[in-house]
Amino acid sequence: MATAAKKAPAKAKSDSKSPSAPVTPKPVEFTKDQDLNAYREMLLIRRFEEKAGQLYGMGFIGGFCHLYIGQEAVVTGLQMSLIEGDQMITAYRDHGHMLAMGLSARGVMAELTGRRGGLSKGKGGSMHMFSKEKHFYGGHGIVGAQVSLGTGLAFANRYRENPNVSVTYFGDGAANQGQVYESFNMAALWKLPVIYVIENNRYAMGTAVTRASAETDFSQRGVSFKIPGIKVDGMDVRAVKAAGDLATEWCRSGNGPIILEMETYRYRGHSMSDPAKYRSKDEVQKMRSEHDPIEQVKARLIAKKWASEDDLKAVDKDVRDIVADAADFAQTDPEPDASELWTDILI
Amino acid sequence: MPIEILMPALSPTMEEGNLSKWLKNEGDKVVAGDVIAEIETDKATMEVEAVDEGTLARIVVPAGTEGVKVNALIAVLAADGEDMTRAAEGAGEEAPAKAAAPAAAPAPAKSEAAAPVAAAPRTEVAADPDIPAGTEMVSMTVREALRDAMAEEMRRDADVFVMGEEVAEYQGAYKITQGLLQEFGPRRVVDTPITEHGFAGVGVGAAMAGLKPIVEFMTFNFAMQAIDQIVNSAAKTLYMSGGQMGAPIVFRGPSGAAARVAAQHSQCYAAWYSHIPGLKVVMPYSAADAKGLLKAAIRDPNPVIFLENEILYGHHFDVPKMDDFVLPIGKARIHKPGKDVTIVSFGIGMTYAIKAEAELAAMGIDAEIIDLRTIRPLDFDTIIASVKKTNRLVVVEEGFPQSSVGDFVANQVSQRAFDHLDAPVITIAGKDVPMPYAANLEKLALPNVAEVVEAVKAVTYR
Repeated sequence: MATAAKKAPAKAKSDSKSPSAPVTPKPVEFTKDQDLNAYREMLLIRRFEEKAGQLYGMGFIGGFCHLYIGQEAVVTGLQMSLIEGDQMITAYRDHGHMLAMGLSARGVMAELTGRRGGLSKGKGGSMHMFSKEKHFYGGHGIVGAQVSLGTGLAFANRYRENPNVSVTYFGDGAANQGQVYESFNMAALWKLPVIYVIENNRYAMGTAVTRASAETDFSQRGVSFKIPGIKVDGMDVRAVKAAGDLATEWCRSGNGPIILEMETYRYRGHSMSDPAKYRSKDEVQKMRSEHDPIEQVKARLIAKKWASEDDLKAVDKDVRDIVADAADFAQTDPEPDASELWTDILI
Repeated sequence: MPIEILMPALSPTMEEGNLSKWLKNEGDKVVAGDVIAEIETDKATMEVEAVDEGTLARIVVPAGTEGVKVNALIAVLAADGEDMTRAAEGAGEEAPAKAAAPAAAPAPAKSEAAAPVAAAPRTEVAADPDIPAGTEMVSMTVREALRDAMAEEMRRDADVFVMGEEVAEYQGAYKITQGLLQEFGPRRVVDTPITEHGFAGVGVGAAMAGLKPIVEFMTFNFAMQAIDQIVNSAAKTLYMSGGQMGAPIVFRGPSGAAARVAAQHSQCYAAWYSHIPGLKVVMPYSAADAKGLLKAAIRDPNPVIFLENEILYGHHFDVPKMDDFVLPIGKARIHKPGKDVTIVSFGIGMTYAIKAEAELAAMGIDAEIIDLRTIRPLDFDTIIASVKKTNRLVVVEEGFPQSSVGDFVANQVSQRAFDHLDAPVITIAGKDVPMPYAANLEKLALPNVAEVVEAVKAVTYR
């Protein structure tokens, strides 16, 4: 499952000299285990999301449901750079984030179907899931709101003088919300340990970045606040890991916030009800065939003879079993008791 | 002609101030722009600059005088070439009333217009059952009570911190956080940029991570920019997370009309926030309630909206002298028991209720006044017990009339105690208009004591 937590490094003291601006690092070379793990993690997210799409079509999942297919390398690679206590927060396209951090597929899927075994007891749904245990702070349905909240998580880290960082995800669409820049300003002013991960999947719902953003280089969106930013190939899990290592080190050393623009792509529509007519099928097909994050790892594993086709099929079967079990659970677990309507409103 | 220098109004709510220091002596030459005196207002110590040129002929109000009314004569300036002695005397003859002891000077008309609510008359206040009998009481302002509440809770719990605009170095835009920076330092008393949406979200995030922020809005009007974080993030997370995490946070600041600050700075948010499950909404009137309830709000594990009032900040009340005075949220207080009619109010609305009660008593009507103190959860037990006794209800508030707190109270009372009502419930609220600037219109837009008296007469068929 998720990458094991590493021991926190000794807390680096803030240096009065300003450090040199970070540049996009070369992708790290993965060990066999790292590549196998990344393959398995990303495959789990993909198969899970495919199943979720299927259950949505069958009416088991209601409301809005935003799939992460195509973007798997982003959360998988970044998770590998985190230590125990690091927080994560994102918007509503959140299933992959939870799986990457090791939350059970059953808990996530049962939340999607609104059952009592769901992570939020069935009361949050696809867009609103949390895990105190794993330091996952949601799961937010209001575009951009999680950016201020994630900055607040970083504020708490600084207040407590702990070594943790807040990994705050948002999309290219949210990057145009005002509170993002209010947060950038405070994070830079107070040197808060927050990694702003902009998942640029090229479309804010149906609007291409070029139609919505005057500055489409999202890595430079922090310039006015002196927040450094780098562009990262978000389809290559090794590139993501390298950027994650750089960013976590940057934050833990007391340098304040950093922006990672993840250049990624979602294969499916914005939500289940989006036919994605705003882009060509060829564009999607080209990404799938040339840049797919899972196929890249698979090709590498085969080329390096770290795994055979059969080995990978076995992984695939394992993953499918986990997802099938989660789907079964999510369809058979009872709905929340009616009394749950009135719980968890106030403590 | 000698030039009269009058006590200036230096804030929207200032009715009087302390003349702390003269920086010029009698006989000194003064040119426009010279700092001639220092005046301490309810918010800050301000320098007073001369507007005219001349010689300071006479200082009417000596340094150190407290409670000098706005517009009172404080000094006389002899114009160039004018005989100084005559100027000083002449001014005294022309304005004998103004030159009298400033504390005794009648409040000028301007000041009355600027402050729609004058000081409350003395009403026999019922003892709060939450204060042990025999507790020593000390007089303090609402402002001091709020500051003490925060300071005490910050001493008690290292996770409590305060953030907002001008809370630290400026000592609070309304001086509520005065001295906190000096005691607790910049780590726990955090000046923010002017960025309500952002710092409200930062506060909620810090609260989700387990800290206990007190987020000050300079006024709640500006919290409109942050209302998404308050409602969607702070209030709903506990529910959406299935009870895993919530936001132990206090949002506090002045709400409602101040004085002459017009439409965008004058509205009461009690009804707005009381609509939202997952929030508690507190709106104290007295300094004791302000202190006891703010301490409770800071300790509460839920998000609490704490609505203060700029005009009440400077009002004095008795506050119990106790080591740890905490009041329960969600409990109304019977301010004055009575048998003929129940007047329910909260916050600054109480000032109308209290003044009306005095007039009603003179007519032989014995009114019971209930101060809600908490708007959500609302203490219907206390209201309904009172209505069962008096059979009549009038609700008073300054907020807009539609979907007001009074509407909800009236609705619930009619559903829960219909058979006990001998008259329809009357709700008194602000008028259904944006707050106008003109002094006369502002006065018309707010509720007034006569309306309350008339309403009580109507429900008691007098």
